[in-house]
Amino acid sequence: MSETAVNEIAHHPNPTGFAHQFEDIDQQHEAGRLGMWIFLATEVLFFGGMFTSYTIYRALHLPSFVIGSHMLEVQFGATNTVVLICSSLTMALAIRSAQVGKSKSAIIFYLVLTMILGALFLGLKLRFEWYHDYVEHIVPGFGFVYRPEWGSAAPGVQMFMCFYFLMTGLHAIHMVVGLGILGVLVGMAARGRFTSQYYVPLEISGLYWHFVDIVWIFLFPLLYLIGGRYSAGG
Amino acid sequence: MAEHGAHGAHTEFTEHIVPLKVYVGVFLALLVGTALTTGVAYIDLGRWNTVAALAIAVVKMLLVVLFFMHVKYNPGLTRVIIIGAFFWLGIMICFSMADELTRSWEYNPASWTGTILPYVSRFLF
Repeated sequence: MSETAVNEIAHHPNPTGFAHQFEDIDQQHEAGRLGMWIFLATEVLFFGGMFTSYTIYRALHLPSFVIGSHMLEVQFGATNTVVLICSSLTMALAIRSAQVGKSKSAIIFYLVLTMILGALFLGLKLRFEWYHDYVEHIVPGFGFVYRPEWGSAAPGVQMFMCFYFLMTGLHAIHMVVGLGILGVLVGMAARGRFTSQYYVPLEISGLYWHFVDIVWIFLFPLLYLIGGRYSAGG
Repeated sequence: MAEHGAHGAHTEFTEHIVPLKVYVGVFLALLVGTALTTGVAYIDLGRWNTVAALAIAVVKMLLVVLFFMHVKYNPGLTRVIIIGAFFWLGIMICFSMADELTRSWEYNPASWTGTILPYVSRFLF
């Protein structure tokens, strides 16, 4: 891939990163973006399977799911939502920096800021939520304990926690992958690969990052808020 | 905002740089949406709590998709893919629900409204 690009630079006056199979850089840009959108369409259905199962089991075990939802700490879910929205803004600004031809240090600054916010999301989730859940014995498979006050709703509560850890875990895996992609982008930016003419990798990685943000935008109300918090006991 | 016909009129691909204040505006709107969805959850709206939470989430998603993901400025083919994705998602959700929530139905119910409405409302709320 990079060899091809180097050959192209040597033989053609095309901007960096132009691959020979395309008519021009615009076509390459559009093909890359379309490919990413097709991948994201498969991701919509991948997460959609979990959202569908969640909806069905929530309909079948609503009281249990309300108990389970009330055991999650809204302030951490809301804080992490804000953290992810900030990271989406910095990601968009990183792409914009390349588009308007800012220096590579500006691109790297916004990319690193995005990585810090992504890491902050995962750190908060691990330290203040998952670890806390483990100590509270509400992680299915890791010493889950039925509480007497749940009564006959207890199996449904465990079901809710299964959904909670599968969905937030799958989301967290996507975040880790996103951090890896951002790391590669920082390396590419440091080598001066991005110009106002060529920033396809930045833009399609941005699409992925925003998609992961959107998944969380739905996970937060579905897991933390549905069932209403007005009657939350604890 | 950017209703100057930068897309649609062109058959070839045209780059569009989103103004900084659009990004900041969308960012602030997303923060307001997060505060709103959290606040609404503490008000007892009955079954409308779920509707409000999902409606706000959909609005936030549209803001991210249209502006952060540049779909507002993209050619139509991108939209075909996105609409296709959500169309198949709709099929998956609707068919699964139709199966799961009607398994206990009688073959000849005495009253259709008495049978259907409780199931529909249980699915939604």
